[in-house]
Parts: sequence; structure tokens; C-alpha cells
Amino acid sequence: MENTPILQLKDVKKTFHPGTPDAKTALNGVTLDVSNGDFITIIGSNGAGKSTLFNAICGTFYPDEGSITLNGKDITDAPDYKRAYEIGRLFQDPMKGTAPHMTIEENMALAYCRKASKSFFAVNKKDSAYFRELLSQLGLGLEDRMKTKIGLLSGGQRQAVSLLMSTISDPKLLLLDEHTAALDPATAAKVLEITVNIVEKTKTATMMITHDIRAALALGNRTIMMDEGRIILDISGDQRKNMTVDDLLTLYSKESKKQLANDRMLFSLEK
Amino acid sequence: MTLLLLGSVQLGLIYALMAMGNYVSFRILNIPDLTVDGSFALGMAVSVMTAASGHPYLALLFAVLAGACAGLCTGLLQTKAGINPILSGILTMTALYSVNLFVMGGKANQSLFGFDTVFTFYEKLGLSKAMARTIPPFIIVVLVAAVLSVFFKTRAGMAIRATGDNEEMVRSSSINANFAKCVGFALANSCIALAGGLVCQYNQSADTGYGSGMLVVGLASVIIGEAVLGHGGVTRGLISVAVGAVLYQIIIAIALKVNLLPAYGLKFVSALIVGIALAMPTVKAAIARQTKKKNAKGGK
Repeated sequence: MENTPILQLKDVKKTFHPGTPDAKTALNGVTLDVSNGDFITIIGSNGAGKSTLFNAICGTFYPDEGSITLNGKDITDAPDYKRAYEIGRLFQDPMKGTAPHMTIEENMALAYCRKASKSFFAVNKKDSAYFRELLSQLGLGLEDRMKTKIGLLSGGQRQAVSLLMSTISDPKLLLLDEHTAALDPATAAKVLEITVNIVEKTKTATMMITHDIRAALALGNRTIMMDEGRIILDISGDQRKNMTVDDLLTLYSKESKKQLANDRMLFSLEK
Repeated sequence: MTLLLLGSVQLGLIYALMAMGNYVSFRILNIPDLTVDGSFALGMAVSVMTAASGHPYLALLFAVLAGACAGLCTGLLQTKAGINPILSGILTMTALYSVNLFVMGGKANQSLFGFDTVFTFYEKLGLSKAMARTIPPFIIVVLVAAVLSVFFKTRAGMAIRATGDNEEMVRSSSINANFAKCVGFALANSCIALAGGLVCQYNQSADTGYGSGMLVVGLASVIIGEAVLGHGGVTRGLISVAVGAVLYQIIIAIALKVNLLPAYGLKFVSALIVGIALAMPTVKAAIARQTKKKNAKGGK
């Protein structure tokens, strides 16, 4: 079972504002297999289509072409909230992952309710004890502040809780969209450490977008590079182990140039 | 004066139901719902026709159901048709003018004189008229507040609260935020229609134009209540809104009594209260900035 892909994208294409001068091909035929237990880091310049790829997986929009399969089910046409049943997602903005006017406990209960046993009230003793235990593992002292409104926490604390929330119901896939980029370096390191611990413990297939190329190579087992809505590099195993940051940067400019050359060839053929 | 106060409290208790409905859409779902004027009159229309056929209690139940349908319409227009929240409320409200006239058989007003109402029922039980007109609204307000307060602690209720707080997070928690919104609007408008249904039995008449401006009256009650009792959880919010509704009616009654303003000036005053209250944070910030500037200059 280890080798059956948990997530499968087949030639996914998406163009925004088609037929207008603003037309932008955000995804240009993305094909990707994510195996169970994969921890993939994703790099690429701004506008390369990294976040758009996540949006396509989560169903923020429907792709123009191609198909998306999650856990053996074709979810290409499924609405966003139904896909979310098996997907945990974390955004760069710590404010996006939590409801500020609700308590830590209520926020966690909300994230947990898709998999929790049936209960009339939103927060019950059994779940509450479980949340407490999870929070104490963060080592931030939040387990004693479960009745605190989450809007009162710092960005790092909110992001740490969001991380717990996105993994609390054992998703099949975890998507991290530069989730430490808005934090100060010390907090970012702490949140990243918590992330790695959780991913290693739960063995959830994870995709992480990052701008930190060093981290991209150091974390996980596979690295993907995107450019202009395409995956231009997909390395794992020994090839990745022997890669240095400089190698990767050289490869990046080489690969994106090659792509450019291909485009030119296409254009000249059309003429 | 006591009679005047008692009358205000009675009306205030009935309007508290409407204010609670406003609280659900305006504060919990965080979406201004303009269906109010229409659904209030719908509650009246349905209630007056059912009461006139001899079923005052059933009238209230039908009013609640009709209100829920109106709220559901607004919710569907927003979520399924993707129409702007304000506009979808206006659309439902406008359509309801015709619906209400249809319900009342094409007549703009209908009297209930000589018919049984929930209030005459208590009079027949031997209560004084004053008591008979105070106790039923009080019981209903307490019941509705209790039910709502418990409901918003359940999973479904929490999903609605979270939808108003951070919709994106609700979606990524695998909860159908559109459904939550529809339930919220249905709930809000059923409270509002219940208020309409009670008002027409209280006044022993219904008028299709009675609902106009009710949104502002409801919001004024919400704002007055919050000014007196402050912000807090849902239970506290519902209580403060009910208190706000009663206070609003007392303020209006006194203003009318001392001839501070003619009866037709009421809506102007309601709009003024809401306008000032909503502008308050901005005005406060501007004043704080000015004083800071002045102090800095003075210091030199």
C-alpha cells in the first residue's frame, strides 16, 4: 500500500480570465503523484503557481482540464468543504486558520468535529481532555488558556494552534503554504520544529511551500520546483541528498531557460 | 405613567424577539440582513389570517415557519445564486410585499377585533389585562432566548458562529458554510416573524406596511443593549439585546409623551441612534488623534 499515490494530479490546467488581455495561465499541465508518507517541499518564484496548485487541490476553483484524485476518489468536481474532510491546510497568514472571537477550545472542537464521535454540545469533557493533551505537546503553555479567545494570542501561537487544528482529524494530506513566513525567525523555527514533529509522528503525506531553499532541501524526502504553472524539477533520493543550494539555483535557471527555449520552438513551429 | 411604562415593556418584550433575530444575522453571522422588514410583516400577515380563523397559537407557529422560509430564500440567493448579501435581502423583502398582500387576501390591513388572541386567552384565565398582556411575551422571550443560547453551544450552532467569524476556516474544517448561513438566516427571520405575529395579536390588527423600518428598530435595540450590558458570549448577547429592545420602547414612549417629537419622527430618531452608534468608533478615533496633536503642540 505504501506505493499507491494518496494524491494524483493528471495534466491539471487552469487559466484565469481566459479570452481577455488579463488572461493568465496559472497551471499549465501539472501532473504529480504524492505517495503515502511523502513530505514534499515546493519552491519556485512568485507567481510560479505554487499556491494555485494548493487552491486547485482544495477546490477553491475547478480546473479547466485534467483530474485530481485523493485517496482513490476522483475529487475534480467535489466542492471545497467536502474535500477538506481529508485535507488539512495552513496559510501564511496566521489569522486565516482560526476564528478570532471563539476560544481555543471551540476552535479545536470545530476542526475536530468532522472526525469526532457524535455529540450534542460542541465542546465535551472527553474531547476537551484530548485537546488539552495536544496543546501541552506544543510546550507553549496554551493548555491552561483553553477558554481564551484565540484572537488574543500572538501570530506564532495562533499558527501553532492552527497546525494542531489542521492535523487533529488525521487528514490524508497536509498542505502548508509558507506557514512560517509571517513569523519572526525564532517563532518560525519553533513552528517549523512542531511541524516536523507532527508530520513525523502522524506520517501524513505533506506538501510544504517555502521560499527558504535551504529548508526545502533539509526537510522532507522530496523537492519540487515550479515555474510558470509547471513542475520543472522533481528530485528525491540520492539526487536530492547530494544537492546543494547552489546546485539547485543553477538547476533552476537552467531548467527555466530550457522551458523558455521550448516555448520558442513551439511558437516557431506554429508559424 | 405606570401604564405608559407597562405598555412599553410589553411591546419591548415582543420586539426583543425581533432584536434577537437581528442579533443572529448582524452580530453572529456578521452579515446585514435586509429581509427583516418583509419577514416581520409576513409574520403579521400569516398570524392575523390564522388567528382570524380561530387558532391564535397555531398562528404563531405558522408565523415562525413562514419567517424561516423567508430567511431561507435570502440565504439561498446569497449562497446558491451568489448575489450580494444586501441585495439578496432587498430582493426577498421586495417580493414579500406581494406575498404579504396575497396572504391577506389582497387587503392592506386586517382587524382582529372580536377574535381570540394569545392575550385574550390569558384574560379568560382570570388574569388582569395588564398581566395577560405581559406574561405571554415574557414567557416566549425567555423560551426563545434559552433555546437560542443552547443551540449556539451545539456543533451546528458553533458552525454558524464560526461562519460569521472566519468563513474560510469553516470551509477548510470540512463544514458547509453555505448551509450554516442558510440555517442562520432561517433562524433569524423566524424570530423576526414571530415578533410580527405577536405584535399583530397585541394590536389586534395587521398592516402590510407595518414592517418598514423594523431593521433599524432591531439594530437600535441591539446597539442600546450592548451599550448597557457590553459585549460577551451569545447568551449575554441575547439578554442584552432583549434589555435593549425594552429600553428602546421606553425611550420612544417617553419621547412621545413629553411631545419631544411627533409620532412620525420615530423612524428618524431610530435611524439617528443607529447611525451615531455605528459611527462612534470612527469618531472616537478621530477625536483621540486630534487631542494627541493638540497636546503635542501644547507641549512645545
